Parts: sequence; structure tokens; C-alpha cells
Amino acid sequence: MEGAAPTVPAGAAAPARRARPPDWSLPWLSVVGVLALFEVLPRIGALNQDHFPPISETLARLFEELGTAGFWEAVGNTLQGWALGLGIAAVLAIPIGIVIGSSNLLYRALRVPIEFLRPIPSVALIPLAILVYGTGLQSKVFLAAFACFWQLLIATLYGVQDTDPVATDTARSFGFSRMQRLFRVTLPSAVPYIATGVRIASAVSLILTITAELVIGAPGLGQSINLARSGGNVELMYALILATGILGLLLNMIFVRAERRLLRWHPSQRLAKEATP
Amino acid sequence: MSARRRRLMGTGLEVTVPILLLVAWGLWSANSEDYYYPPLTEILETFANTWLFERVGSDVVPSLTRMFGGYAIAIVFGIGLGMAIGLSRRGRIASAPIVEFLRAIPPPALLPFAILVIGVGASMKVFIIAFVCLWPILLNTVDGVMGVDPTLRETTRVYPITAADRIRNVVLPAASPQIFAGMRTSLSLALIMMVISEMVASTNGIGYFVLESQRTFAIPEMWSGIILLGILGYVLNLGFVLVERKLLRWHRGARMSALG
Repeated sequence: MEGAAPTVPAGAAAPARRARPPDWSLPWLSVVGVLALFEVLPRIGALNQDHFPPISETLARLFEELGTAGFWEAVGNTLQGWALGLGIAAVLAIPIGIVIGSSNLLYRALRVPIEFLRPIPSVALIPLAILVYGTGLQSKVFLAAFACFWQLLIATLYGVQDTDPVATDTARSFGFSRMQRLFRVTLPSAVPYIATGVRIASAVSLILTITAELVIGAPGLGQSINLARSGGNVELMYALILATGILGLLLNMIFVRAERRLLRWHPSQRLAKEATP
Repeated sequence: MSARRRRLMGTGLEVTVPILLLVAWGLWSANSEDYYYPPLTEILETFANTWLFERVGSDVVPSLTRMFGGYAIAIVFGIGLGMAIGLSRRGRIASAPIVEFLRAIPPPALLPFAILVIGVGASMKVFIIAFVCLWPILLNTVDGVMGVDPTLRETTRVYPITAADRIRNVVLPAASPQIFAGMRTSLSLALIMMVISEMVASTNGIGYFVLESQRTFAIPEMWSGIILLGILGYVLNLGFVLVERKLLRWHRGARMSALG
């Protein structure tokens, strides 16, 4: 909206500005505020200390854990399940998604079964996994892979189907073969969808891995958290939950960065860069 | 191949392929001696005996009650907090690290915390479902509010419209497609958390039933429970899409007319 700045009548006093914390300090203030809350309330008894130990004790315990081999072993187990689940799902779902998405007939044939199988919550298969794969890594990977598979399949399908038909038609009229059209038009166009799908699938895989560790007792962070609780080790339980949250954050950050890097050339990313002031 | 014939073939495939797949499953499993994969006919029979309608009251109703209870709480708080944060620039900046962290914690990791503090009853399950479902709705509400057309926002400021009216009649409807997207994600999360919480700490419910069946080696019952959960997932999603379509019809209409 254009317009000259409103003129202030001469002699009018500018309203006094309240001293306000600068923008950059706000996140720090809120975090410090929350931490202080969880430190003071348990100590004065407003929160039950058995259920909510002061946050300083939890953080101390967390730092202690970072030095133990057991902790890193659990982290390794969780990451192993996460990586295998995501990897297997990607290796299966992306090619299958490309094939189905590229063929209208195939898509229509398989659409209904996919719509029925996809909403099955992966966790419903936990008892089946226990039966067939036992209580170890295989169960974990099965559950994570099952959940991630549908996520990635749908994302790939959407990506392939959302290719600009003008682009594919142009390629066809220039004499590109089917394979060439696939690799030079369809796939590059689908990559943003697939990348987003992988990022979401990564979170899904972590969730299922920890679920399997929690419910089935497969070794990993989920199992450690549960053991801490049932052993009455409340600070350890909170420390491990914090660690799990940090792990989730780190994994997410890695995928967001990778997505940005991979798609630097893509118009959607360029526009986003221009849009942010 | 002509377009018409292709369309007919497509519809034909859509109908026949699922039926063929089911028949194939039935045939392949008919003589199954495998303990873990009983014949489809046996599974269907068990399904009819268990869920039509014997165990509906004892398991399905408590499960769904807890799930919808948690979901409703998540909607109320998610939209409420989301609006507050979304409308305040400083609120967004201040709350960003806390929200980002809380939302990154994988939901199952919070179960032991909930069990410790709240116990193993229904309130624990409602709490964990509500907490987990809160984040997608909250974040999507914030995004939706932030995405309101700035011209629209500024126009409402020019006219003497109270803040409450502005929020209720301008911001909320404009953000609603995004809010609905968040609610849809949360719905599948609600189902998942319902099942997990029942598997870990419960004495009734569908999730509990499936796990218990596996423990007591009642395999056809286990499969019937899995199928029920799949049907539930499908029906919930379908129901949501229908409701969304109805409630947001004005939005699509406006978009369509804008496209001329």
C-alpha cells in the first residue's frame, strides 16, 4: 500500500515507548523461564518431586549418561533400527511408486488396495511382528519399514503424478523415449515430493523404532526409558526422554538441510529464498 | 486406445482387481497349515463372532471414547494456542524453541512419563493422545493464521471490526483449510497412540485385545483385531474427508469463482 507517512502535528509529544526485550532475546527468555519453572516448582513442593525431579538433576543425569557405554549402545540400537526401516522402505517404495505412478492403468488397478492397506496403523501389527520375528531387531525393522513404505509410496505417487503434463508432452514431441522422459522430466519434477516424503518417513521410522523398543522390549532407547521408569529411576527416565527428543531434532535437522541442499536448483526452493525477507 | 475405452478399462480394473486380490488371498490361505497365517475364511468367521457385536461394548467403545476424548482436547487447545501464537509475532518467536523441541520427542517415549505421573487408567491414555495430537494441529493453525492474505488482514483493520469478530469471521475461516490438514494428521496419530497406549498399559480396548490374543496364541482373534483396526483407520479417514469437504465447501467455491 503506498501513501505518504502520516504527518505528526508539530508539538505533539511522541508516546513514550515501553522498554521491551528485543526480538532475539525472546526465545532465550522463554526457554530460561520454562527451565526455571521446572527447577523451582519441584523444589518448593508445588510439583511432586517423585514425579517431577528438579530439571537440574535431570540434566546432570543426562550428562552423566553421555559418558556411559550403555547409553551409546542404546542410541546405536535405535539408530540401527531407524536406518534399516527407512532404508528398506525407500528401496522398495520409491521404485514401486515410480512404476505405479507412471502407468494410469496400474494406478487405477491398485488404488483401492492401497487405500485400504495404507490406513492400517503399523502398530496394529506389533503382535504379528512378535510372533513372526521375535523381540529383536527384525521386529523393529519390520514395523518401521511397513509404516515408512506407505508414507514413501504415497509421496512418490503424488510426485510422479504431479508432473507438469505440458513438460512431458513437450519432451514426447521432441522424440524423447519413455525412459528419457522418466529420467529427465518426471523424476526431477517428483524429487521435492519424494524428499519431503523421506523427511516425514524418517520421523515415522523413529517413532516406530522406539515404539517397538517400548512395547516389545527390543534393545534401544525406548526400552531403556521403560526400564528406568519401572526401576523407579525417575531422573534417568527424564534424561533419556530428553535425549530421545534431541535425537529426533537432530535427525529432522539433517533431513531439512539435505532437502534444501538437494533442491537448491528447484524453482520452489528458489522462490522460498526470495520470499523470506 | 480411445479415451473412452481407457476410462472404462480403468473403472473395470478399479473394481475387479481388489476382488481378485481378496479371492487370491482366500484361495492361497485356504489350505494353510501355517499357524501364524490361518485361512482367510477362519479369520472372517472369527471376526464376525468377535466384533459383530460381542466385544463392541467391552473393547471398541472404551477405545473410541478415549481416542475421541483426547482428540477433542487436542483440537480445542491446538486451535486456541495456535491462534494466540499465530497472531502474535513475538509469541511465535518466543515459543518456537519450546514447541519445536516438544514436538520432536517421539510420542512413544512419552508413555513412561505419562504412566509415572498419571497412572495406567483412562486419563493417562486421554492425556497422551491429547498431547501427541496437539502439535500438528497447533503448528498448522499457526501456519494457517500466518498465511492469511495480508490485504485481507489490513482491510479488516481499516474497518472498525472488533478483534474478536476479526478472529472469528476472518482469520479462522481463512486458516481453516490448513487447520483441517493438521487435524487430519492428528487423527491418524490419535489412532496410533490409542493402540500403543492400550498395548502398554490397559485392561481393555482393541489394542489390548490384539496383543492379548497374541500372548494367549489366539491367532485368528489377533488377525480379526488387526483387520478391525485397519477398517477403523479407513473409516475414520473417510469420515474426516467427507466432513472436511462439507465444512470447507465455501472455500473451494470461493477458490473456484476466483479462478473465473
